[in-house]
Amino acid sequence: MKILNYRLIIFILSIIFGVAFSMPSFLQTNSGKKISLGLDLQGGLHLLLGVKTQEAVVSKIKSIAATVKYYTDDEEILIEDLSINPDSVTFTVLDPDEVKRVDDMLKKIKGLVISKSQDNNYELTLTPQEIALTKDQAVSQAVETIRNRLDQFGLAEPTVIRQGKTDIVVELPGIKTQADEQAARELISKPANLELMAVDEDRADQVYTMSGSEASQYGDIILEDAKDPAKKYLVKEIPILNGSQVTDAQVAFDKSNQAIINFTLNSIGAKVFGDFTAKSVGKRLAIVLDGKVYSAPNIRERIGGGSGQISGGFSVVEAGNVAIALRSGALPASVELLEKRSVGPSLGADSIKASMIALIAGFALVVVFMIVYYGMAGVIANVALVTNIFIIIAIMAMFGATLTLPGMAGIVLTVGMAVDANVIITERIKELLRNKVSITKAVEDGYSNAMRAILDANVTTLLVSVILYVYGTGPIKGFAITISIGILASMLTAILGTHGIYESLLPKMNREKNLRKWFGMK
Amino acid sequence: MEFFKGDKIYNFMGKRLPFLGFSTILVVTSIVLLLTKGVNFGIDFAGGTLVQVKYEKAAPIDKIRDILNKTKEYKNSSITKFGSDDEIIIRVTTSTNSVSSDLSDEIRNVLKGTGNFEIRRVDIVGPKVGGELREKGLMAFVLSLIVIMIYVSFRFEWRFALASILALVHDVTIALGAVSLFGIEVNLDILAAVLTLLGYSLNDTIIVFDRIREGVQTSKESDLSKVVNESVSRTLSRTTLTSLTTFFVVATLYFFGGEIINGFAFTLLVGIIVGTYSSIFIAASFLVQLKFSIEDFRTKEVEKIKKQKEKEKMRAMFEQGTV
Repeated sequence: MKILNYRLIIFILSIIFGVAFSMPSFLQTNSGKKISLGLDLQGGLHLLLGVKTQEAVVSKIKSIAATVKYYTDDEEILIEDLSINPDSVTFTVLDPDEVKRVDDMLKKIKGLVISKSQDNNYELTLTPQEIALTKDQAVSQAVETIRNRLDQFGLAEPTVIRQGKTDIVVELPGIKTQADEQAARELISKPANLELMAVDEDRADQVYTMSGSEASQYGDIILEDAKDPAKKYLVKEIPILNGSQVTDAQVAFDKSNQAIINFTLNSIGAKVFGDFTAKSVGKRLAIVLDGKVYSAPNIRERIGGGSGQISGGFSVVEAGNVAIALRSGALPASVELLEKRSVGPSLGADSIKASMIALIAGFALVVVFMIVYYGMAGVIANVALVTNIFIIIAIMAMFGATLTLPGMAGIVLTVGMAVDANVIITERIKELLRNKVSITKAVEDGYSNAMRAILDANVTTLLVSVILYVYGTGPIKGFAITISIGILASMLTAILGTHGIYESLLPKMNREKNLRKWFGMK
Repeated sequence: MEFFKGDKIYNFMGKRLPFLGFSTILVVTSIVLLLTKGVNFGIDFAGGTLVQVKYEKAAPIDKIRDILNKTKEYKNSSITKFGSDDEIIIRVTTSTNSVSSDLSDEIRNVLKGTGNFEIRRVDIVGPKVGGELREKGLMAFVLSLIVIMIYVSFRFEWRFALASILALVHDVTIALGAVSLFGIEVNLDILAAVLTLLGYSLNDTIIVFDRIREGVQTSKESDLSKVVNESVSRTLSRTTLTSLTTFFVVATLYFFGGEIINGFAFTLLVGIIVGTYSSIFIAASFLVQLKFSIEDFRTKEVEKIKKQKEKEKMRAMFEQGTV
């Protein structure tokens, strides 16, 4: 029997692999792939957000109404009673000769169901596919928007992932202070829905006496001033422009050194804005952000070039956050908080300390026990056990997996279960030795006899952890991952590795024939 | 060192009825506990808000309770010590839906004047999420049972599968009974513990069953009880040893792992004890009670081998071009 055999070589390679790839994680070096610590271990903020997708459908309806209005104004087609209902847009074309042109224009809009009565009353609704698509896009756009905003906010490694149909998971490991947390949450939840709306100058004086339903009869809505809720504006319900046309937004300062936000519109937005301002000289333009009027300046002349500004007594920080939010696009629908978990950094540190103690103590107990009970066989099993831990860490680091508290528990548990394979094998060997079989044969048969049981037992455990992974969330997933890696690694170390060691030690064992020393037998 | 004499065969099956009786009492008690006392669902499943606060000195729990009782929002909150005297957990059943509202700021304000403290953790789980988690948890459990059933039926025989499932249900029910009895808060980590237990207990049972399968195939013995006795006795050393090493580790986790991992470790601790007991005394007796027939199994095995051989013959003939 050769000292070196293929099993031993593979085992030695896996030791080298395990040690090399787990070192960056143990030593916390800057280079190399490391295990990232879960939020429960390093502290941070975890949010589960639900997107109110129905809102996106409503705003889609609104934008269709805006398109109809802009087109008919532009082409001087007379329509009346243009109104937005929760799931439809209705209007009437007055001149029958223009119906053809309106129809042609509407055909260009995707996913629209057009129904028309004999008096040319139009009702526009969305097809079910379009509604589903709008909802789906709302969530992906929200993910994109939130990610952009957090990136610009300058947090370390924010994670924004879509989960299921309407939910978004946001993880922010870098959050240390209360103020950071608050700012991040505001940035996430700010709709940043910029709308430019026309003030209804004909009825503006009546705004303080008018009710909401009365206003809607004229196609108007009543909005509050951002700073002074008592101050109200009567504006046209259908906006001239919305935030989707904004391409850039920057903080600037006005003459009195107040923070303002300069925004730039894309080409379509610039054209619409230019046309509108040309037609409305002398009237007021309300700059509305998230349903509140920030300012309503008089239009003095046509504003070309597609840029405008929002002033309204912002603080510098506030203006900065609004600018970030505008730049990264509006949230197509508002988000609600479904779940929030925030862990302070000190708690995370405590958790690491406690589980490290548990890991080391449990590990030490198992190691000592194995040596006392099995002698050299126990030492061999322990070598496999240590390698096992290195490999788990190495593989997790390679895949950039996250170590969570339940994940730590998973490793601790693996320590307990990983010796199982060696216990089964050693017990088999001892049983054969008791029947006076030669050491060489006992080792070989011990391994082959034990193999089927170990395989069946490991496969079932693996199956359960796969199910755990599929149905679990966050920490549970982490636990399932460590257990699975642990089981697979133990097949490599405890079965293949120890077999290799035995093979290379067999000549020595046969010479000594000391069963007490090698297997702890009486 | 050796715990058990290698060649001694214990007569487990002779005493299977008393053990089955004892297990029945345990299982029934657990079910009664679960139905009457129920389990204490934590916020992961029930929804709600949890705030963990650490004080510099011992937390003035009575004072905190007084202050919270005076506010409208936190009137029905529960306050409990968490691990040590200076750390407490405040649980509120309501949870906000707005991303921007900040509960920890509110709590900080309300508790001002109770001493120096630090808010270490704030968990808010909405009711929708809780319901979803409960559903998924149950789903995972049922799915695990089905997968195990299929795998064991395929590798062994359907009675083995049924017996191992019965043993699993036995172990999990008793562990849940203990969770209910001691009022342990059921959160995601307890679910993980129960599912681990599933794997662990199955592991133990499979090792014993593997020995029985081997005994049936290799020995000439046709009395199932005798085969079972021999198999369980032969694996006794392994069963207790593995349980012992796992027990060591989980016990250290329980004593040193900190409050947060306590429920998890406790559930596993109970599970390991019950799992070990059931794989020695209970699992195999189900096999006997289900009237597993050695003769049938052997005939089937012989047929299987015959079929296999025929297949090989056919293949050989096919390859030689005679078919």
